[in-house]
Amino acid sequence: MKMAEKPKLNLNRVPIPKQEPEIRRKNFNEVALGYAEEQALEEANRCIECKKPGCKDGCPVNVDIPEFIKAIQDGNMPEAVRILKSKNSLPGICGRVCPQETQCEMTCNLAKKDAPIAIGRLERYVADWEGAHPCHSEPFAPCHSEGAKRPKNLAQDRLCEGGESNPAQDKLREESRGAQDISKEKKIAVVGSGPAGLTCAADLAKLGYGVTILEALHVTGGVLMYGIPEFRLPKVIVQSEISYVKSLGVEIKLDQVIGKIATVDELLENGFDAVFLAPGAGAPMFLDIPGENLSGIYSANEFLTRTNLMKAYLFPEYDTPIKAGKRVVVFGGGNVAMDASRCALRLGAEEVYIIYRRSKVEMPARAEERENAEEEGVIFKLLTNPRRFIGDEQGRVKAVECYQMELGEPDESGRRRPIPKPGTEFIIDIDTAIVALGTRPNPIVPSTTEGLELTRWGTIKTDEATGRTSKERVWCGGDMATGAATVISAMGAGKRAAADIDAYLQGKS
Amino acid sequence: MYKIVKRDVIVPNTVYLKVEAPEIARKAKPGQFVILRVDEVGERFPLSLTGWDKNEGTLELLFLIMGRSTMKLSALGEGDCIMDVVGPLGRPTEIESYGNTLCVCSTFGVGPMIVLIKALKEKGNNVVSVMEAKDETFLFWDDELKSISDETHVVLGDGSHGKNRRASEFVTEYLQSGHKVDRVFAFGRVFMMMECSRATKASGVKTVVGLTPIMVDGTGMCGCCRVSIGGETKFTCVDGPEFDGHSVDWELLIKRKRAYLREEALAFDLWQLDNLRRIAELSELSERVSMV
Repeated sequence: MKMAEKPKLNLNRVPIPKQEPEIRRKNFNEVALGYAEEQALEEANRCIECKKPGCKDGCPVNVDIPEFIKAIQDGNMPEAVRILKSKNSLPGICGRVCPQETQCEMTCNLAKKDAPIAIGRLERYVADWEGAHPCHSEPFAPCHSEGAKRPKNLAQDRLCEGGESNPAQDKLREESRGAQDISKEKKIAVVGSGPAGLTCAADLAKLGYGVTILEALHVTGGVLMYGIPEFRLPKVIVQSEISYVKSLGVEIKLDQVIGKIATVDELLENGFDAVFLAPGAGAPMFLDIPGENLSGIYSANEFLTRTNLMKAYLFPEYDTPIKAGKRVVVFGGGNVAMDASRCALRLGAEEVYIIYRRSKVEMPARAEERENAEEEGVIFKLLTNPRRFIGDEQGRVKAVECYQMELGEPDESGRRRPIPKPGTEFIIDIDTAIVALGTRPNPIVPSTTEGLELTRWGTIKTDEATGRTSKERVWCGGDMATGAATVISAMGAGKRAAADIDAYLQGKS
Repeated sequence: MYKIVKRDVIVPNTVYLKVEAPEIARKAKPGQFVILRVDEVGERFPLSLTGWDKNEGTLELLFLIMGRSTMKLSALGEGDCIMDVVGPLGRPTEIESYGNTLCVCSTFGVGPMIVLIKALKEKGNNVVSVMEAKDETFLFWDDELKSISDETHVVLGDGSHGKNRRASEFVTEYLQSGHKVDRVFAFGRVFMMMECSRATKASGVKTVVGLTPIMVDGTGMCGCCRVSIGGETKFTCVDGPEFDGHSVDWELLIKRKRAYLREEALAFDLWQLDNLRRIAELSELSERVSMV
């Protein structure tokens, strides 16, 4: 392919192809289809290679962004993979779900011109290229098992031509494996296999430690599997990036609820030198209004777990049922509310409402996800709050009474506080309600571990820079340390904890 | 994968399994449960622990065939594997020296009740056990109850054994006839537990019930198993499964358990259509067992 001439300042971000809203609202296939080679090259060539790149500072895991973009420009994809993966073990996931607009793309120097490089889309392109060329990167990303199908929209299904070695991949392998020559017999237990746990495990394995991930559910991936829907993050992508983590030598044990099958202290007594706690967001919050326990009212966690993890959208082929009904309301304004509303559409709901007590400006959801939801037909009822649910004789929800709000003075979060407007009550008939108000920390680990200091929110008190907790040899990261946050911030915490665990164990030995 | 080392059809609708799960067996305590997933497409569902052997590394399960998941589980034989067994979950039963305890059970509740009674006896309690069954055909393990309890009463729903048809009637009479009871435990069908709680309410004797709502993850993450206890919402999987029977909102529990009745019936029918041959084999097996 001929290299396009690089104009000094091209402010036209290459849009990412997407499934049309009318089609995608009826299927669970991925919405964004990813760049083709020409598109990726065009976007990469927009990079002005500034002397002081801001993008890197915006990345919680400090990916060498200008360098990997340069490799795309040069057409050296294996090198792009190497650069990306040396800092980020889960690029296919991050390229899809990171809020780049508040991170690397916000600090990109072209952001001043409202046209930052589409770093996330390029990251995804590189990861998908590697996925389509698995033979080049073995053993870091082993060929997928025969049964596993990757989505058709993955970057250009180029077939692997033989198994010839690839210098860039060999270099990556050497860099990562070389560390194992230093004799390190220390073992680390990682509790939870979500983004924080996977990142911490991968980094420690690259340093040569023996790492075991203990996952409570029956699949690896945590929120990447149970929470984020297939149409936003295909599960084959998650599993192939987990295969990469496994290929680094990480052992993964499923069905392990730490605090129950073994306590943190038992892990420390039975051969683990350090424990990294990343059990994730725990107990869902509810609205605390009358009628909330009627059937048909789901927490977003339950609705998404049934849909994504248990594949209820394939019922009765899969055993787990779900009832979306015709008219669905979702309470909340975050990314989880967007995910739940879009799942409801795909499960056959005809009308889906998002009910949020503030206005659009205060919505915590990513603009992109909000737009996706709107395009698909989700109706936003803003400045609205529920008062009570109304049930039928079978104990199923049939309606919800709401009232309107107006915005007052800013509160401690800096957002304008919503105030009820008297006399504005109205009733909406519904089949299903989904409550997406966030989560409280899960009590299982804190309540079974002696000497772990908690914050007043019930999260584990953790030093942000190192991930250290109040308990010797125990680190923590992800939602359990910070409360609900993003995939990439959890990965950043995993990375910092891995570095600190290494420093601690090196100092000890 | 968790291997089934022993399987028995106890009565026509109730199956006993012994499963290899050494790590769970090491930690299990009375009152706890496990979450199972039978196969790759299976749902996650809870079963109470009916026993365990730390040395052998096994768990014992006793369950009623209710729908697709329990039917699938019952269709596995010795040597077959269950895809996932997660546990031990839930808070263990509080076991202290209470004095005179009344332990009421029915169907699958008999298994966990035997475990509890043994633990109550170790703490020096007097145990009066009551077992309720539909009729003689569905009565099982009453001999074992007798051998570990100080006193055992059987109540049959067809009235063929004594004058009572329900366990709760026995409980009412027992309390009315002036027996001092310090604590009541009831495990089994929801209706039975509800009736027993009502029977003890006037006397104020604390009545502990083991609830079995629908669950998904079983670790407090989804809130599917929420119940209302004294007007407060609790998650059965992490706050329970045992609660004060006098505070349980029974109507809510029953309605929430029925939330997927239609879907469950459909899934059950479809599975049966696909597995006619296996079902035929199973029914032969259960006939043979009941003939012995």
